[in-house]
Amino acid sequence: MEMAPQFFRHGPSLLARLVFFVLLSLLLMATDARFKYLPEIRQAFAIIIYPLQHLANAPSAVYDAISEFFASQHLTVENEDLKQQHLIDHGQLQRLRALEAENAQLRKLLETAQRLESKAVMAEILHVPRDPFNRKVILDKGSQSGVQPGQVVVDDVGVVGQVTRNYPWLSEVTLITDKDHSVPVQVVRNGLRSVVSGTGKDGTLELRYVAVNTDIEEGDMLVTSGIDGVYPPGLPVAVVSKIERNPTYVFAQVTCTPAAGVGHYRQLLILSLPTSVTETKNPAEAIETRPEGRKRDKVGIR
Amino acid sequence: MAFADYPKQEILRPVKGSFIFFSLTVALLLNLLPLKGIVLTLFPDFIALTILYWCINQPLRVGMSTAFGMGLLMDIGNAGTFGQHALSYSIMAFIALLFHRRLHNFGSLKQAPQMGLILLTGQSVMLLTWLLDGSDFPGWDFFIASATGTVLWPLFSSLLRIPQRPRSDSNAL
Repeated sequence: MEMAPQFFRHGPSLLARLVFFVLLSLLLMATDARFKYLPEIRQAFAIIIYPLQHLANAPSAVYDAISEFFASQHLTVENEDLKQQHLIDHGQLQRLRALEAENAQLRKLLETAQRLESKAVMAEILHVPRDPFNRKVILDKGSQSGVQPGQVVVDDVGVVGQVTRNYPWLSEVTLITDKDHSVPVQVVRNGLRSVVSGTGKDGTLELRYVAVNTDIEEGDMLVTSGIDGVYPPGLPVAVVSKIERNPTYVFAQVTCTPAAGVGHYRQLLILSLPTSVTETKNPAEAIETRPEGRKRDKVGIR
Repeated sequence: MAFADYPKQEILRPVKGSFIFFSLTVALLLNLLPLKGIVLTLFPDFIALTILYWCINQPLRVGMSTAFGMGLLMDIGNAGTFGQHALSYSIMAFIALLFHRRLHNFGSLKQAPQMGLILLTGQSVMLLTWLLDGSDFPGWDFFIASATGTVLWPLFSSLLRIPQRPRSDSNAL
């Protein structure tokens, strides 16, 4: 059969191609968002893009190295500070050890389950997505280093987020400020339990559905309660920064500031999962998607 | 006289396929740069600009399938839902391909505002998919990236044209 010359061959019409690609992308979006069928395809694309992500990160890595080099004159001051900090920490650690031993003893007496010590993997932030919509970061450790979805990510001050997707050498972390992310917490002062949710804005979290007459004050520290079985108990999450009690509404509006520098530091720590959680199928899903919460939001009871 | 307004166009040398590939890779690299704050707000979407340039100047070689593939890569890089950038880039490529004959006749300065409209359409598609996904409206400064893309367009397109410039000494006596 005789083919038309290159110039006259155009393939399907422009509109047909548009319809095809639009349908294909809608299909992909629906499959990815609702059914999560596509991890293999995502991983293939992630491997293509991996060297580029590293390359894009190179300038800032070089900048860090240079600024570290020039910062060496502050080292003596920093060293002094660190020594003092070390002494203080050491004293506290000794008290902690004594308490731990006592706690273990008491738990043995009560024949309750011992809390598991968690191991941690150090990771660095490789890339921050440019969209203003999703609060996520990409870390440079993936399933090759044993990172699994559902693991908790902390910095030196408190909880930063949770691993929601992993690739061979990368992992995606949803920050606690993401709109669809919630952390079960407890007020340190009086043990009040609640769930703190992201707002989608930098540096603000909120406690939803807190009754107006609840005993909560500005400056209250919120730590993870540990009842979800994902977050280890006692990690600092946020500090209550503003409370609006309007008697016309059922719920008070409680705004919090995250304790950890969400989106400030380069180095983060990925904590290992408690063993009981790995048995359940997908802990990230259980925490991340709260359809009933979303529905209530739209009704707007607050 | 009828052609007095017609811009003087140089006869360009053919584009190498490797250069198209290289430009798309560099654009992807620029889009993946770890940026923060005001720079991030101002930073235009270089992949969109590159795809638009090639769709207008090489419509037979770069089309909607390239746009779609780059969109998928960008979705992974952005940790977003699979297919969002792909949808937005395909629609932008469609508009560019639809008008490529007309756009080709304008100089790059006159092309800029039209590019701005196409970029705005692409961003609106992206915004729409996010809103349908349940996100909040991120504020009007989201669209600033289109404006900077418009401003950068003349410079950007002349940069991409450099390798195709005719060698000036070829006709020299």
